[in-house]
Amino acid sequence: MAEPFLSIQHVRKSFGATTVVEDFNLDVEPGEFVSFLGPSGCGKTTVLRMVAGFEEPSAGKIVVGGKDITRLKPNQRNVGMVFQAYALFPNLTVAQNIGFGLKVAGMAKANIDARVAEMLDIIKLPQMADRYPYQLSGGQQQRIALARAIAPKPKLLLLDEPLSALDAKVRVSLREEIRSIQKKLGITTIFVTHDQEEALSISDRIAVMYGGKAEQVGTPFEIYNRPATKFVANFVGTLNVLEGKVTDAAAGTVQVNTQEVSLKGKLNGSKSGDMLSLALRPEAISLGRQPGRDSSLSGEISEVHFLGSVIRVRVGIGGNTVSLDTFNSPATPPPAVGEKAEISFSSSDMLVLH
Amino acid sequence: MKSGKFWAWVVFALGAAYFFIPLIATVEFSMRMRRGAYSFDAYQIVLGDPRFQATFGYSVLAAVFTIILGVLIVVPAAYWIRLRLPQLRPIVEFITLLPLVIPAIVIVFGYIRMYGSNSPLPFLATDMGTNALLVIGYAMLALPYMYRAVDTGLRTIDVRTLTEAAQILGAGWGTIIGRVILPNVLIAVLSGAFLTFAIVIGEFTMASLLNRPAFGPYLQNVGANRAYEPAALAIIAFAITWGCMSLIQILSRFAPRSANRPN
Ligand SMILES: Nc1ncnc2c1ncn2[C@@H]1O[C@H](COP(=O)(O)OP(=O)(O)OP(=O)(O)O)[C@@H](O)[C@H]1O
Ligand SMILES: [Mg+2]
Repeated sequence: MAEPFLSIQHVRKSFGATTVVEDFNLDVEPGEFVSFLGPSGCGKTTVLRMVAGFEEPSAGKIVVGGKDITRLKPNQRNVGMVFQAYALFPNLTVAQNIGFGLKVAGMAKANIDARVAEMLDIIKLPQMADRYPYQLSGGQQQRIALARAIAPKPKLLLLDEPLSALDAKVRVSLREEIRSIQKKLGITTIFVTHDQEEALSISDRIAVMYGGKAEQVGTPFEIYNRPATKFVANFVGTLNVLEGKVTDAAAGTVQVNTQEVSLKGKLNGSKSGDMLSLALRPEAISLGRQPGRDSSLSGEISEVHFLGSVIRVRVGIGGNTVSLDTFNSPATPPPAVGEKAEISFSSSDMLVLH
Repeated sequence: MKSGKFWAWVVFALGAAYFFIPLIATVEFSMRMRRGAYSFDAYQIVLGDPRFQATFGYSVLAAVFTIILGVLIVVPAAYWIRLRLPQLRPIVEFITLLPLVIPAIVIVFGYIRMYGSNSPLPFLATDMGTNALLVIGYAMLALPYMYRAVDTGLRTIDVRTLTEAAQILGAGWGTIIGRVILPNVLIAVLSGAFLTFAIVIGEFTMASLLNRPAFGPYLQNVGANRAYEPAALAIIAFAITWGCMSLIQILSRFAPRSANRPN
């Protein structure tokens, strides 16, 4: 890995007696886009605010570009931030909002105007310069807030759930716009969200957080396909969990309900008789036997949801229920509730959760 | 329905009569100085009186300084309490209410004892010092109104997030208060200012006991010695107060178009 640009080292934060962030570590490369993903209250905002300088870590340090900034005030850090509630200055026009940081830095008026115009172009709102924030939609306000944050060319860009106040369509288009602007400018970015689809779709890497710790840091592909912990597996994506019992640790066989599956090489450390949680993504399961899938289980169809292009089917296997998606095909009607069915999958897609 | 409306109008008319009849009577009386005809003679005499001009000028100046002092104290204090010390708010609110509970006369006697010419802080030794003390006293009398007005203004903006947004853009405290907070509570500050103005213009106790040539003592003096002029003065004072109130209304309409209208 290249020299990290932002390095968060063993950071801890307590408010009074409660520890909210514990031993948080993360290295971010220059120009990288990293998302913090996690449930409400897991400490995402707190970590971000420590990077911004609004909270002081109780322990640990934060290094940006080789310089320890742990004790610097927010206005000395040269960091840009976008808030969930936009936080545009209501008494200033769009142009004055975007130029605020430049004016504070003492830039000459002509240069400010040029930079503001450039920013308005980047966010594709060139005609809005003289409007006031209350005359803009939420999506427009948030784009202005983004422009305001990046206008002074900050070393780091921090975004705290910038899209969560917007409606679904705007959310998707704006997240792509944020990502493309970020790529174009090459600015190192941390993006906080509790929306996994958002995190998966635009991040270089994701830090999945739980209880004040980073449970796993990795690319969206790694996080989704090789979750390191049970929490990550459950939190990211839909997961089918099957309870199984190891019947022969050496041979790698596990009994699910009354049926046996073989998981050679995946049971490291388990003994015969141990209970295990096995997990499968819906897209790793097919209905009926398929070529190339080495394992199967039989059960009974318990629910069928026709969603248009996709049909979501739930299959009961003993005490376990498994969800899977099949594509709609005009020639074959969907399966019916109560039918016997067989599901197949590759044992290599099975995740063993410890 | 119909009769409900009828009685509402009756109550309204009674209220209006209670308010307007004495006012109209005063206006009428103030215009009867010339025997047998209505005239503005009393107003002419009052407005032409050099003591009126001097005392009124003095009080306006005192009001301006009081407003400046009040804004300088209250805006940063109310802002800081909202931002960092919200747990102190009930206590501060209580303190700002004290001037309504403690009679001005008690405060003035306190001042005279504390700041006499041979005290460590001899405000009363010089004229300027006494003027300053009067302004300080006025700022305190106006505190309940100023603090409430500013605090209400601050409630309409997200003080914390706006502060943080300015901070992360590199702004220091001066810039934050001057360019972000104050402009957004300007209307509130102005209404506090006009209330302060109205209080200072009519204040009697402090000015009189500190022996200042202010408008309040002049009003009292004229009221005790003349017949028609006090009525004219009352109407003038009334007009000034109403002028202030209408200015608040007008200004809040022409406010920086910005300030936090809901979307
Ligand atoms: N100033 C504070 N004083 C005390 N506790 C705090 C403070 N700020 C945050 N907390 C607590 O720290 C925990 C983490 O808060 P944080 O805001 O970082 O969560 P989050 O992951 O951003 O959640 P969300 O998705 O809801 O925004 C919460 O339990 C919160 O109550
Ligand atoms: Mg948060």
